[in-house]
Amino acid sequence: MVQESVSFKEIIGDALIDLAREDSRVLVFDADLVNASGLRKFAEKYPDRLIDCGIQEANMVGMAAAASEAGVIPFAHTFAAFAARKCVDQIFLAACYSKLDLKLIGSDPGVTAATNGGSHQGMEDMGILMGLNNITLLEPSDGILFRWMLREVKNTPGVFYIRTNRKEERKLYEGDTTFQLGKGNVLQDGRDVTIIASGIEVYEALDAAKLLEEKGISVRVVDMFCWRPVDKELVIRCAKETGAIVTAENHATSTGLGSAVANVVVNNCPVPMEFIGVTERFGEVGSIAFLQKKFNMDAQSIVKKVEIVIGRKGGRQA
Amino acid sequence: MKTEEVKKFADKLRYEAYRMVYEGGDGHPGPAFSIADIIAVLYEDVMKIDPENPDWLDRDRLILSKGHACPILYAALSEKGYYGESVEHFNLRKLHTTFQGHPVMGKTPGIDMTSGSLGNGIPIGTGMALAAKLQNKDYRTYVITGDGELQEGVVWEGVMIAAHHQLDNLTVLVDHNGWQSGGSLKETGGVDEIDSKFASFGWKILHIDGHDHAAIKAALMESAGQKGSPTAIICDCVKGKGLSFMENNNDWHKKVPTKEQFEAARGLIEEEKHEL
Repeated sequence: MVQESVSFKEIIGDALIDLAREDSRVLVFDADLVNASGLRKFAEKYPDRLIDCGIQEANMVGMAAAASEAGVIPFAHTFAAFAARKCVDQIFLAACYSKLDLKLIGSDPGVTAATNGGSHQGMEDMGILMGLNNITLLEPSDGILFRWMLREVKNTPGVFYIRTNRKEERKLYEGDTTFQLGKGNVLQDGRDVTIIASGIEVYEALDAAKLLEEKGISVRVVDMFCWRPVDKELVIRCAKETGAIVTAENHATSTGLGSAVANVVVNNCPVPMEFIGVTERFGEVGSIAFLQKKFNMDAQSIVKKVEIVIGRKGGRQA
Repeated sequence: MKTEEVKKFADKLRYEAYRMVYEGGDGHPGPAFSIADIIAVLYEDVMKIDPENPDWLDRDRLILSKGHACPILYAALSEKGYYGESVEHFNLRKLHTTFQGHPVMGKTPGIDMTSGSLGNGIPIGTGMALAAKLQNKDYRTYVITGDGELQEGVVWEGVMIAAHHQLDNLTVLVDHNGWQSGGSLKETGGVDEIDSKFASFGWKILHIDGHDHAAIKAALMESAGQKGSPTAIICDCVKGKGLSFMENNNDWHKKVPTKEQFEAARGLIEEEKHEL
């Protein structure tokens, strides 16, 4: 693993320019956020292929999906806080139910909206969309993965939602790493417990695993970048082989990755589970690190949950 | 203008839609009859379509934003030959039917867009028309919207951006019958002065009698020649038009005719005259 920072805001502009150069069908929609999203670069390169709809996310999504009926491949961007909350009816009707194409990107999910505060900290976007049919829900942890994801969804017909951090993040994957839609990545193996994480929580999970290693606990860490469909086979394998699971997400635990994983676990191989994420609260102003700590989403909080879940293994109570 | 053909076609559509609701035991006859003449002119005399190739990329598109009026559209598609022989029993809203209570693209041949969640037709039409422009395609996109659903906010997002992109390949027909499910628009409020609302966004406005076939045809032709802006054709319609006991009676928004009411319709909509 390489530890250097990479800006997702840079990636989205560069990656979509590459895709647009290679494929004339690529069309990008935004809702008055070209400066914030990093898509300004794209707009300057391909002014006719970036449709800035202004401040009207719902219409943007309806338009973008409908445009695919005529053969274009529509990407659309807004903040994660608005992508689902403001557009769920259009995502349902014009994209999922109509079986058209839509590649929707929601930036700044959860606490990564930081100083924008509670209104912009979408803790529920994936949960709102989790109940739809015919949609794939993704969250990259790393720039290499994000680039792959953009290309993969461009090349795969259907409806996709990618929630992504817009700020700088550590680098996790080598450039030649291969990924597969619907398949999680085992970042490190372990015997005693599995932490299934996504997005910024992958780094907290890796940090927690190191701390736990010092305490003699062997931790498997999975980057579950595809929330829907979740990698059922991998979840079952982790449950069977490590006997306990902690999920970690930058999202409401009531409807997010944790509940998707729990659904698989309960139905196939019940083992003790604990959940890291946002629980019954709105966001607030703060740095990402500050909010992760305050909302019990930091590495230390994961360590505590792991200790609890290991205590519950074999029917024992913590 | 195919005057006589369109007249016969409209009558036939009304009869078939009515029969569909009667046999299906469910549906919206009033809203369907309101747009029967618009649908008849579009499908019989204006739209560029190929019933044997429903997904033909260069065809004109129709988005029925007020999806609940679909019996009249199903009837038109059937009469145009989308299903080979005219459909004998649509099984509207029945188990395993091809003809759901609201249109579904991909499931029902000839349906260009899924609808049923009101207010989405104009944004969707805007996307289709924009894509046509960007791809140098010359098909037209038609949207039929109810007047009641103009209460949905997303409608005006679409209206705004369609004008901004000068989508002169987009024609919206407003079925202005003054009624919505719960009552009259006057009671509910918010949908006054439709012409000036669209006009203020920069749309070309035409205002016609929505049951006058020649006027519908002329307005559609004028919208096809319009340059630099989308066109809204405000169609004054009568909900339930064609059956005296249904006209302007909002009880028929969603209602199944009795056997007597169904039989009464045969003469009233001149079905027999044309030996259908």
